[in-house]
Order: sequence, then C-alpha cells, then structure tokens
Amino acid sequence: MALDQPKREFRYVGTRPNRPDGVDKVTGRAQYGADMTAPGMLTGAILRSPHPHAKIVSIDTSAAAAIPGVRAVITGADFARPDDNFLRDVQENCMAREKVLYDGHAVAAVAATSAAIAKAALKAIKVTYQALPHVTDVDAAMKPGAPVVQAGRALENVPGGMSDNVTNACEFGHGDLDAGFAKADLVIDRSFKTAATHQGYIEPHACLASVTADGKADLWCCTQGHFFVRTLCSAIMGMEASQLRVTPSEIGGGFGGKTTVFIEPVALALSKMAGRPVKIVMARDEVFRATGPTVSSSMDVRIGMTKDGRITAGEANLRYSGGAFPCGTVDMGAQAAFAAYDLAAVRTYGWNALTNRPKEAAYRAPGAPQAIYAVESVVDELCQKLGLDPLMVRLKNAAKKGTLSSYGPTFNEIGLEATLQAAKAHPHYTAPLGKNQGRGLSCGFWFNFGGNTCVSLNINTDGTVGVTEGNPDIGGSRASISLMAAEELGIPYENIRTIVADTNSLGFNDVTDGSRVTFAVGLATIKAARDAIGKMKARAAKFWGIDEEAVNWVDGAAVPAGPNAGKFPPLSLAEIAAVSPQTGGPIAGHYEVNVDGAGVSFGVHLVDVEVDPETGFTKVLRYTVFQDAGKAVHPDYVEGQMQGGAVQGIGWALNEEYIYGADGRLQNPGFLDYRIPVASDLPKIDTVILEIPNPGHPYGVRGVGETPIVPPLAAIANAVSRAAGVRLTELPMSPPRILAALKG
Amino acid sequence: MRYMTAQSAKAAATALAAEPGLARVLAGGTDLLVQMKAGNLAVDLVVDIKKIPGIRDITAEAGGFRIGAAVANAELREHAPVCALWPGVAEASCLIGSTQIQGRCTMAGNLCNGSPAGDAVPALVAAGAMVRIESPDGVRDVAVEDIPVGPGKTTLKKGEIVTSIFLPARPARSADAYLRFIPRTEMDIAVASAAVSLTLDAAGKITAARVALGAVAPKVVLVHAAAKAIIGTTLDDAALAALAKACEAACNPIDDKRGTIAFRTSTAGVLARRAAQIAYTRGQETSKAGGAI
Amino acid sequence: MKSLHISTTINGDPVEFICDPDEPLLDVLRNRLGLTGAKEGCGTGDCGACSVTLDGRLVCACLVLGAEAQGAEISTIEGMALGDHLHPLQRAFIDGAALQCGICTPGILIAAKALLEKNASPSDEEVRYWLAGNLCRCTGYDKIIAAVQVAAAEMRSA
Repeated sequence: MALDQPKREFRYVGTRPNRPDGVDKVTGRAQYGADMTAPGMLTGAILRSPHPHAKIVSIDTSAAAAIPGVRAVITGADFARPDDNFLRDVQENCMAREKVLYDGHAVAAVAATSAAIAKAALKAIKVTYQALPHVTDVDAAMKPGAPVVQAGRALENVPGGMSDNVTNACEFGHGDLDAGFAKADLVIDRSFKTAATHQGYIEPHACLASVTADGKADLWCCTQGHFFVRTLCSAIMGMEASQLRVTPSEIGGGFGGKTTVFIEPVALALSKMAGRPVKIVMARDEVFRATGPTVSSSMDVRIGMTKDGRITAGEANLRYSGGAFPCGTVDMGAQAAFAAYDLAAVRTYGWNALTNRPKEAAYRAPGAPQAIYAVESVVDELCQKLGLDPLMVRLKNAAKKGTLSSYGPTFNEIGLEATLQAAKAHPHYTAPLGKNQGRGLSCGFWFNFGGNTCVSLNINTDGTVGVTEGNPDIGGSRASISLMAAEELGIPYENIRTIVADTNSLGFNDVTDGSRVTFAVGLATIKAARDAIGKMKARAAKFWGIDEEAVNWVDGAAVPAGPNAGKFPPLSLAEIAAVSPQTGGPIAGHYEVNVDGAGVSFGVHLVDVEVDPETGFTKVLRYTVFQDAGKAVHPDYVEGQMQGGAVQGIGWALNEEYIYGADGRLQNPGFLDYRIPVASDLPKIDTVILEIPNPGHPYGVRGVGETPIVPPLAAIANAVSRAAGVRLTELPMSPPRILAALKG
Repeated sequence: MRYMTAQSAKAAATALAAEPGLARVLAGGTDLLVQMKAGNLAVDLVVDIKKIPGIRDITAEAGGFRIGAAVANAELREHAPVCALWPGVAEASCLIGSTQIQGRCTMAGNLCNGSPAGDAVPALVAAGAMVRIESPDGVRDVAVEDIPVGPGKTTLKKGEIVTSIFLPARPARSADAYLRFIPRTEMDIAVASAAVSLTLDAAGKITAARVALGAVAPKVVLVHAAAKAIIGTTLDDAALAALAKACEAACNPIDDKRGTIAFRTSTAGVLARRAAQIAYTRGQETSKAGGAI
Repeated sequence: MKSLHISTTINGDPVEFICDPDEPLLDVLRNRLGLTGAKEGCGTGDCGACSVTLDGRLVCACLVLGAEAQGAEISTIEGMALGDHLHPLQRAFIDGAALQCGICTPGILIAAKALLEKNASPSDEEVRYWLAGNLCRCTGYDKIIAAVQVAAAEMRSA
C-alpha cells in the first residue's frame, strides 16, 4: 500500500495527546501478568536444573505429589513430543526431557494451594542427574572436540567437518573482495567479542491458565503476541486453536523477550491435570536463568579504505551463539552488518553454535547491534588512522536510494544521508571536549517488518469509535492507533478508544515485533477506517438519494462531491451513526492484510564520554540520537523509543553481561549484578527525529522501536577508545577491562 | 519461622540465646530478607529489635555520638551534627543501596552482615568507632575492626546483639572521607573501597590517621602502614604515592563477577589516595571554620 | 508456621490481615489485600517497583515483613490520587509521556512523591540519584526526570 502523497498536512497525526491507558498506569489499576486472579486458583512453581549440562537419569515426584495441598506434578514426560523441530525446541525449552541443556532449564513443575506448599513440593522432587561436560563460550563451542550440546542439529548448508555444535551458516554480499582490498590505502582486520545480554524487562513472565474438563482453555499472560502464544500452546498441548482463548494482560516490557512461551504450556498442563486454574509467576532469577538473552558473539571484521575515505571492501565473519537450541539470528547480523554503506565489494559469513546457555529470545533488532558494533568500530579506527572525519566518511559511503544493499535488495527512499547531515549540523558534533574525553559516532540499521494484521473499527451510534486491534501495547501504541483512526475519520482523538482484543476477537495478528505495530496496525487501521467511511458515504448517499460515488468524506463528514451531486449540508459521522439503525444497521470497518513495505530504518548516535584513567570508569556525558521515523505519529513515544533503545545500548556497551562460572552456572541472575543503567548513570538523551516518508505506508510511517539499540555499542566503544587512547574490542567495556587495556 | 518483637535488649538477647535453631536479628532487614528469599537461610526465629526503647535514637555522648543499632541510614543522613563531625562515616552509610534501602538499612546491620564490601564498615573502622554489645550476661564495648572475621562471619556469639555504635569525639582539624568503586553510579556492591580519617596540626601536617580498605580481603582491613605513610606529612605527592603503595600491599582480594584481583588492588590504592585528599581538605576547612563542632 | 494477625493503616484506612511470619509486606498487599499496584520486579530490593512508604519512609515492600506493619502507616500507589483528582506527579507522567510499559511507574511515582515532600526544588541530578533504585527499562529515564520537575514546579506554585 503506497504513500498517499509525499507532503501532507496532518491534523491529529504528529500531535502528542495523552495515552488512553495513562490513568490506569499511574494509579496502579492496570493489570499486568501477575495481577490476574481466578476463583480456585492454584500456585504453580517450576523446578530448575542446577547443572549446565546433564542427563536426567530419573525424576521421582511421588513425595511431592503426596504433600497435602499439591494438586498436580508434571515433568517433560507429560508433554507429547512435537514432530516439528521448531515446536519441539520450544517445548523442550519449557521443560526438559532426556537432558538438561543449561543452568535453570526446567525439569518439573507443581501446582499447589499455596506458594509455600508449592515451594515445599519442589524440594521434595528427587532428580538424579548424570553431569556432562559443558560449554558456554561460542569460540570454545566451535572448536573440534567441544562438548556437544545437541547432536545432529546442523542445517543442510553447514559444511561438514565443523564442530557438531554449529547449526546455522549463511553468506551475503556481492563484488570482488580481493580487488576491493587491493584498492585500499589501509586495511584493518580486527576481532571482537560481545557477551550475551538480557532484555531486562522489569515485569517477570506471568500467566494464568484455566483448562476445563471439556477441553476448553483460557490463558491470560503478559506477551508481545497472544496469537502466536495460542499457536505454540495449542500445538504443544494438542488442542485446536478454537479451544484455547488467549488474552494478553498489560505488558511490563518485552523488547523481543516476550515473543515466545516459557511457562504458558506448563501452566496449561498443570491446570489440565489439577482441573483448576493455575498461575505461574517467574522470580527474577528464573527470568535471567531461563528466558532469552540475546546471542553472544565473536566476530572478525576486515575493511579497506582509501586515503580520502572511500571504503573499497568489507568482510565480516560472525560467530553467534543463541544458547542450547539452533538459532538463526546470525542471519540478520550478517545482513545488517554493512547495510549503512554503498559498497562495490562486501561479504559477510555467519555461523551459529550451540552452547549450554538459555535459548535465545529476540532482543530489539536481534543480531544487528553486535555485527554493526564490529563494523562501525573498524570504520572508526580507519578514520582515526587516516586522519579523517568519521562523519564525513560515513556520508561519503552512505547507502541511498538505488544502492544495492550488502544483503541483496536495492534500497528505496531511505533516511541515512539526511540523518547523517542532521548529526553534522547539530551543535553536539562540534562541541569542545575536555581531558580524558572522547566522542563516538555510529550508524545503525534495522529492516523493520509488516506482517499479518487484522483490525476492526466500530462506529458507535453516539458518534464515537471503538478500534479493536490484536497487538499488545508495549509503549503507547494504542495512542498512535487512535491518532491514525482520528486522522482518517476526521474526528477528535478523544472520541476513539482503541483496545487490544483476545485471540477470539480478530484474525491472526503477528507478534508485536519487527517494529511493526505503528506501521502495520496503523496501516490496517487506516484501511479499516476507509472501509467504514465507504459505508458511511453509502448511508449518506442513500439518505440524500444520490449515487455513492457522488459523496466525499471531508473533515469527519459526508459531503456531496460537487455542485452537480446536489446541495446538501454535510452529514457528520455522528449524524450518520445516530440514524444507522434506520439506514441499514450498525456500521463497522474492517481490514486484514499481510503487510509489505515496512521500509528500512537508519539512525545515527553521537556520544561523549569521559574515562577515568586510574579506574577505567566511563561516564556518559552527552548523548544525541538522530533517527528517521518516516512520520512520527506520536512524537513523544517516538522519542521514548529512541531514548530507551539508546540507554539499553549504553548498558550493553558498558556493564551488562551474562557471567558464567567455570561450573557453567550463571553468576549474576539478578539486577544487583546484571547491571542495567540506573537514572544517575545517564545524561539527558537528546533526540532529533527526521521524517523521510516511507513509500510503503499511507502516512509515510516507519517502525522506530528497534533501530535505536543498534548504534550505541559502537558509538560508545568509539568514544571510549578515543578517550582512552586505546582501541577496545570486547563488550561490555567494564572498568576492569578498560583499566587492563589502559595498562597494556 | 517465628517472628517476635523484643521490648528490651535483654529480652532480645535472651530469646536469641534460647533459640535452639537458627535465630536472626531484624533491624532494617535489607540483607536478612534477601538471604531468606534466596533460600540461603532457613531461619527459625526472627527478633525484631526496632521496638526496643532508645534503639532508634542518636544521642550526643562525651563529645561524640551514640547511634542506636536500629537507626536507619536515612535518619543518620538527616542528623546534621553527626554528618558534620564524621562526614566520611555519614557518606559511607548513605552509599548503601537505594533511597528505599536507606529508609531501612542500618550501620549495625551492615557491620553484622559480615561482608568485606559493606560500605559503612571501612569508615567506621577508620573512625575508631566502638560497638556496644548486649547479651544475657551483660554489656561490652568492642572496637569495630574486631567484629568481622570473614565473609558472613563475625565474632558475635549466640545471644549477643549490637545495640549501638559509638562515634567518638575528635580534635580540631580532624576529618574523614570514604570512597568506593562501583561500575555504575548507584545500586552496586563496592568492588573496592577506602576510608581515611585524619587530624592535622595548625601547619597542615597530619598528626594522626587511620586508613581502612573494603572489598580487597576477606574482611575490612585497617592498614597501619598506610596511616604511617601519611602521618607527619602535608599529604604531598610522595606521601600520596606511599599511601597508595601501602594500600596495594595490604590487599588480598579475589577474582569474581565484580572485579579482578589486579583491578581491586590498583583501585584500592587510587581510592585511598583520593579519600585522603578529600579528608585533608575537609580537615583544613574545619580549621578555617574554627575547629570541629 | 503460625499465622500472625496484624492491624495496620493503609492509605488512611484501618486494615487487618493475617500473614505468615516470613511473608513480605509486598505479598500481603498483592495477594491478601488486592493492592496490586506495587509490583514485584525482583523481590530483592534492586528494582524499586514495589516502593511504598512505611511511617513516611520510602521502602521496598519486598524487604519489609508483613508482620512489621503492625501499628504502622503504609501508603501505596492506590492512595495517591484523591478520588478522581490525580496527584500532580500522576498528571505530569501522563502529560509528559513519562511511561512506556508502565510497570515501574507506581514505584517511581511513590518514590518521586517522597522526594518532593523532602525537597521541593531538587536538581535533575538529585532526582536521578534519588530514583536510582527505581529501574526503568523502557524510557531511558529522560521523560521521567522531566515529568518530576514539571510536577515539582506545579506543586511549588500551588
């Protein structure tokens, strides 16, 4: 669906009204996953493996089951083994079968009449393990002879002779690399590592399942995509989709981590066995130990540049690990690595290796931050060594409309150059720096996504409107959807209420991911509004006794198309709605689509840091985010995405990491030692929104949610490296690591 | 588990002594409840001491201050005379945890938790603070540095509770300071820390000093050699270098998720140097202001 | 474990409950009293999502025993608005888009209110340090700090 018109005046889109769920959320009334209750509800709890890798010899649940108040006990044996590989991995990640594959892997679960009894029951379950050698580091896992996490999981394109842990391989690019490097005045080849990091949402996973004796089930849960939860759970439970209704709660952060299931099938199985509703709420340590961190990585990047800053060739080898199950995230890293550049010769290779760590779950632009960190670090070092301005070099090599991208497609209208120009013109770029301070810069990229979307829009008889969408509101999207409906219908924002409906109320909606909601749900909402407008025009035509084609929709009212159509005063939406019972009954618009044309997104981040040369402590002094939003529907929440993504990236760059001991156990499964940024760590995060309309959306909207986490890693690494006078190549750049680098 | 509210120190001590299982004192609970939640501690009896008369009071005594064992650090921070006399102790106590934790946590709890990384402890050791301990047998006063033994372990015997910590009077031109290193700006456990307390003469020469380090050994260490390195000096560069060197030599840290041996050792020296400079400047300022309060 | 009978005051109302001796106040509020506005993000005092005030002091409800509520006065997010009249902080958070997912919002509002009661004109840095124990993963804190300042200014001029 194409852009309506290149330059358009908006009445509601682009304003900053209050979000519809605001009062609920500031008064404590909003219901999140753990806030749900049901009559007769039991408490579910999960027993988790203390071993990173072990064979389950036996599980004796008899003592637990005998405890008064325990109503159900299950193990992996209580689940049918799905035939499909993908589903089997999801199921086995929810509950292990023959082997436990990481510290924290679920092995059994109970449902009891109180949390205390559930806890006692977990203690009474006897699991006999036979410990196996483990591996948690991606490079170690790829070595021949490494402990094998799962055998026989390699995809067909993985060459023989590699470690059994290698499951995925990919290659992208074009042009003659050798010829390209031969033209360079300087070639830099560097290796990088990044630790696994967690999405770190503040709300732990929670769900409430109720399965009745006739096989019907209800599931309430905090998720980014309840339709996908239904798909996964109904398949794992052997249910028909129609028998399982999933209702999303408010969601307390997800960032990709709540796009799959962990506890939901377990709660359903317990409820089925107990015949009562079962609620499971993860503790924080369970969230860290058993839900998805992003991939860790080990990468080699080689880039050639001429003295005047032209990049002649680029090559990257990316080795990612998505934990104990096969993971295709490296594909996205390999595609995104060089996306910001217009290159004649570029090649990226990606590999995924299994390790004894939790199964990867998506984390905001999955796979891209790592690869782009490595590429943008090498570009910065080339600029430093050749004495070139890093922003001018980016501009000189920037991808633009018509560029054959490093991953295949040719770009349409993109905002990279405009974004770089905005950074160049910003006072931040030329502000003076003090002693021990450095400035870093990085470009970032994300593909964005459209996907399956279904929206209903009901015209109420009092002239107000209800919009029904199927994507959990993760950061103000109900406000954006209402704004687009208001714009299209021509009625005030306040007259529209948008709700997120359960799986029975709409056709399948893809997960809230790929920065797709404002783009795709917005598009479907506009189309649903147009559907309703068509119907309202027909009612007006009928009322006036003229042809439908002779009616236009202007400013929230039907009007005759011209003098020839007749002289009638406008009929407002409210007037048409009021008489709808007499003109044919209720009026509703509807639209369903698998949306294309999401429109890729670019951002540029600028950061100043100061490094304490005696302790390696990094203070972030100033931060500015520049990003193309296509069209910012609700600018407050666009800025919020840019600021929040930047700060997650700052945490990733400086302090966040999964730390494993020699015993293969996670050392820091809590917010004390998994160090996400706190308010006092940060300066103000300035934002500059660019609006280069996306040709694939009627209002030009692009997704904005993921791109902001991509540039911070390299931007901060480049700033720290310049401030410290030594190039840092491993994340996080924790103080001990920086101090060690400073001391050589 | 049983919960009891003690109405007197003696009643608390008696209950703790009589408990055959595991008994714990509850003051702020910011360590105790975390340990209970983690399942590390199967506590049989919790004795809440906050209702004991006087245990939440700060009282002036002999030119110094007696801080009740259940005084929350947020209350300490609001007590201007204590903050003026022992600014290093006050700033150390106020670094523990968040604002929320400050509303509950106590210096006595920080000490009794036995962690080598507790923020209040190096400052109290440098201050030469005394701990008052009550038991069914009576009352005794012990130097702070004699309480910790190693991680999670103290010299407190079953049935003994800390009822107050005494911060002594100090001569004119005296001051203290505390610095810790954490990877963020808040909410972390110290990776290394240093407290320096010193007294100057009218010419700005250091006449007395105590230097204590945290998180670099199984318990907080009082580094006599570090004090010796700056006594008799005006904290010139040579003295500062000698101080840092003495501190590094006193370190016996571990490699863990929070820091490396090399990092902790080097940082302890840096922090001691910086803390000494702050204390020295404060000492000079109290001189200008007409002596200590 | 013998349950305890506790009498307390919550948001000005007299409340009685029974709880286990080792039961955190947060569990009492959420599971026994239906006051689910305080959230459990960690259970260990590291995230601040369960912030309430206990006798006027800002605390994490996960690190207080229910038993300690005996005779105390507790304030939670449910008591912040007066009827349908939102507190200036609540309004400023909505107006300034200072929340995204909103899970940390109740705790941050309670913490910010406690700050402004002590310090009517905090600097941005003071707000940031005061709120360091309230983790937010969505916003990057920027709009939160701004909203607290907007509310502070409004409360000063009231």
